[in-house]
Amino acid sequence: MTVSGEILDQHWLDSRARPFIHIRGVTKQFGGFTAVNNVDLDIYQGELFCLLGGSGCGKTTLLRMLAGFETPTSGVISIDGVDMNDVPPYERPVNMMFQSYALFPHMNVENNVAYGLKRDGLSKEEIRLRVGEMLAMVELSDFSKRKPHQLSGGQKQRVALARSLVKRPKVLLLDEPLGALDKRLREQTQFELMNIQDRLGVTFVVVTHDQEEAMTLSTRIAVMDAGQFVQVGTPTEIYEYPATRRVADFIGSINMFEGRVTENDADHVVVDSTDNALRFFMDHGASVSDGSRVWVAVRPEKIRLSRTPPPNEANQIEGVVQDIGYLGNVSIYRVRLESGMIVEVTVPNQTRPRDGKHAAGWEDRVFLDWEASSAILLTR
Amino acid sequence: MVKRGSSTFLLSMLCFGMAFLYVPMFLLIVYSFNNSKIVPVWGGFSTRWYKVLFESEEVWNALALSVKIALVNASFATLLGTLAGLALVRFGSFRGRTLFGGMVSAPLVMPEVITGLSLLMLFITLKEFVGWPDKRGFATITIAHITFSMAYVAVIIQSRLTGMGTTLEEAAQDLGARPLRVLVDITLPLLAPGMLAGWLLAFTLSLDDLVIASFVTGPGSNTLPMLIYSRVRLGLRPDINALATIIIVTVMFAVAIAGWIMMRQQKQKEREMQLATTGDAQ
Repeated sequence: MTVSGEILDQHWLDSRARPFIHIRGVTKQFGGFTAVNNVDLDIYQGELFCLLGGSGCGKTTLLRMLAGFETPTSGVISIDGVDMNDVPPYERPVNMMFQSYALFPHMNVENNVAYGLKRDGLSKEEIRLRVGEMLAMVELSDFSKRKPHQLSGGQKQRVALARSLVKRPKVLLLDEPLGALDKRLREQTQFELMNIQDRLGVTFVVVTHDQEEAMTLSTRIAVMDAGQFVQVGTPTEIYEYPATRRVADFIGSINMFEGRVTENDADHVVVDSTDNALRFFMDHGASVSDGSRVWVAVRPEKIRLSRTPPPNEANQIEGVVQDIGYLGNVSIYRVRLESGMIVEVTVPNQTRPRDGKHAAGWEDRVFLDWEASSAILLTR
Repeated sequence: MVKRGSSTFLLSMLCFGMAFLYVPMFLLIVYSFNNSKIVPVWGGFSTRWYKVLFESEEVWNALALSVKIALVNASFATLLGTLAGLALVRFGSFRGRTLFGGMVSAPLVMPEVITGLSLLMLFITLKEFVGWPDKRGFATITIAHITFSMAYVAVIIQSRLTGMGTTLEEAAQDLGARPLRVLVDITLPLLAPGMLAGWLLAFTLSLDDLVIASFVTGPGSNTLPMLIYSRVRLGLRPDINALATIIIVTVMFAVAIAGWIMMRQQKQKEREMQLATTGDAQ
């Protein structure tokens, strides 16, 4: 993809682009409980946007407000320039794919998919055509006369998708779309979803608690916690530059060293760790003051593991291998430092381990190090 | 040995329990074929009491009245009970919801005598002021039955609605169905089994009822339970034994047929499930 093409795709970087879904100051309270707390968000046309967070973080409530099943206690939601606050669910240009699929059990596949079109009063011929088209897309043409209880989980999921897309909504809301599928089917369906989204150009808003799912699917992710956004960004931004320790911890695994800033320049920062006699060096400046409390975070796959001391002195740790988890493609080493802290390191298995021997064995003394650009400096 | 001892114990308890439940009915059936006019004295086998029964116009009238009341009652109770259940579960918190909920379920716990008495008072007062009902009978008994069987239907519908959740209705709304459309297309079809169960329960309750019907009936209008009770009050009668036998046999057949239908549905469901799993392999 060319550079200009990339910018065209990334509407959120373009200050002139008009957001398609516009959320401003939205709060939702249930009794005394605040589920969504004063959030602002812009989602652009054609995005595949993920709301990611643990259970009870308010992501589903936000989705339900977009669908119209909940009304915001305060704030404004507009879709394609139209204020949605007084628009009932059945008049919104959005469709939703429900977590449990919510197929009508007393209607067959065909009638489930056709239901929305019938409500729009389309002609019989047009309905038949569009339902057929949609069922062909999700490869269920042979199943049109089956009832939902005669379908497997994956088939139900595809009927639900067809039903929610057949009305050609401006926005498709998906509530944990892959939650009920097994791992294999899930990976396959992820790519199917992305293909369909690409082909139809519909804006997808996906709610999920599965960070892997969010990483693979989305153009952008909003990480939610306690009814607020902790960080909004592309999967790469969220993974490589998490804004807080919570985000860093929630997305993937990470090693965190607490310390104090001892040197702080435009081109580098030095941090002395608090409970290990370690010194970390980062080759980028940060807006922190000397002596302030910070966390140095390093992803396990960015750490090198060796049995001889590495050449560069900075960011070097010595430890003892406590555990090895062999996953096939990679091995996870848990290395115990002198302070007792455990550091996780992912080592790709580039060569086959000979005689079942790994790069390092249990109780071996090993050296860990990483590039000065690899670590993340977190202040909260 | 312990195992054998406990199984003997269980078996004897089972026999005792079964005997407790079924010996009275068995006796009733046996004595309905008694030739003797005096019930407890066996006078040889005969079906003469069945003949007496079928020739009695009074019995036929009572049966017809009972069935008529039960049918009308079941239909109205299902309609009203469903509406009440929907209002209580689906319409959120409207003004007076708690009061309404309490009032709907009150007839469930109210002693029948009180219900009967209060309804009788109502009808008498109504006659005083409106001039209706000038004669108590079919109409008054039906109204009385609706008031209490509606409560049962409402409870069944409420529990089914709560179990159903709102997701399917939301899905229909999301696809563009207005609330009334959702009710017709989604809610009512899904409630149908509950409504059928409610209808059957209301029908049976009405057929069974003796106390309330006795309060609100007028001269000449006897339901079947009232007829049986009034006859037996003057002493055991063999023709009533025959009537009871017919009722027992009918109920037994109805239960057996219902069970058979349910079993067949279950089997078909299993077959369909099997079809679905083999469909995956395609």
